[in-house]
Amino acid sequence: MEHNQEHVEQKYGYGIYILVWMALIALTAITAAFAGINLGEITIATALVIASIKTYLVLTVFMHLNSESKTFKAFVGVAILFLLISFILLFSDYSFILRN
Amino acid sequence: MSVQEQTIAHVHRDDVGARMGMWLFLFTELILFGGMFILYSVYRYKYPEAFHLAAKELNTIIGTFNTAILLTSSLTMALSITAIQRSQKSLSIFFQFLTLVLALGFLINKYFEWSVKFHHGIYPGSETLLAKPSGDIIFFGLYYVMTGLHGLHVIIGMVLISVMMRFTAKGVITSDSYVKLESAGLYWHLVDIIWIFLYPLFYLIT
Repeated sequence: MEHNQEHVEQKYGYGIYILVWMALIALTAITAAFAGINLGEITIATALVIASIKTYLVLTVFMHLNSESKTFKAFVGVAILFLLISFILLFSDYSFILRN
Repeated sequence: MSVQEQTIAHVHRDDVGARMGMWLFLFTELILFGGMFILYSVYRYKYPEAFHLAAKELNTIIGTFNTAILLTSSLTMALSITAIQRSQKSLSIFFQFLTLVLALGFLINKYFEWSVKFHHGIYPGSETLLAKPSGDIIFFGLYYVMTGLHGLHVIIGMVLISVMMRFTAKGVITSDSYVKLESAGLYWHLVDIIWIFLYPLFYLIT
């Protein structure tokens, strides 16, 4: 398994990084362009969706999560999941307080 | 099988464990910044108008430029790891150096951005700021704390990368032992991810 993992790591060449970087820059340009158009509530949602896509690219390619073992992915995934759960619970609690 | 071979060939080393440890530390960083993002969201919901107007005072062009700089520095950091994997030592050092230069560029932009704000009398506790409505005070308070803490992380990252450059030059980091460089890279990418969220929330809100 250890051996296999080293092989996967070697797969990352310069090309894939440059490709991801171009995607990241393009997504930034899209975010900036979108901000000029006022779409109301959708504007912030769009910005956050794009930010999440960028984060996904950084996590999987730059931070090598793609080539880590399943255990490792689960390790990171669980942490992110719990962060999201705490966010969701907190916001639902806050909106409940607001309504009362 | 190959795990055993590795144990015999090297002094005990656990690269996967080292990376997991780094990620564990990164989770604590996520919670630190996550708490502040929650604060931001709650106050933004409370003062939408003030946040909208205050955000207009921030320079979107500098913000976008800095985003591009930080994304590019993440690229050079990732490239430096590929270079060391391929035993291209000087190339790896060069990419690490580029990362440092870009990080410095980011901070210089930040310096000018903050200077202009300070010049206009907008800084935590200033009379001009305190005379504004509470939504503005909170917006700029969050702006200074969050971008300031992020800036501190950039400085820490720069120190880490400098140490890694020395390690690479001295042969501590080599093509078959580069987990230190990887961990520094993980830290640097996290700093980038935090900025990916700070950028639309502070510079682009409408």
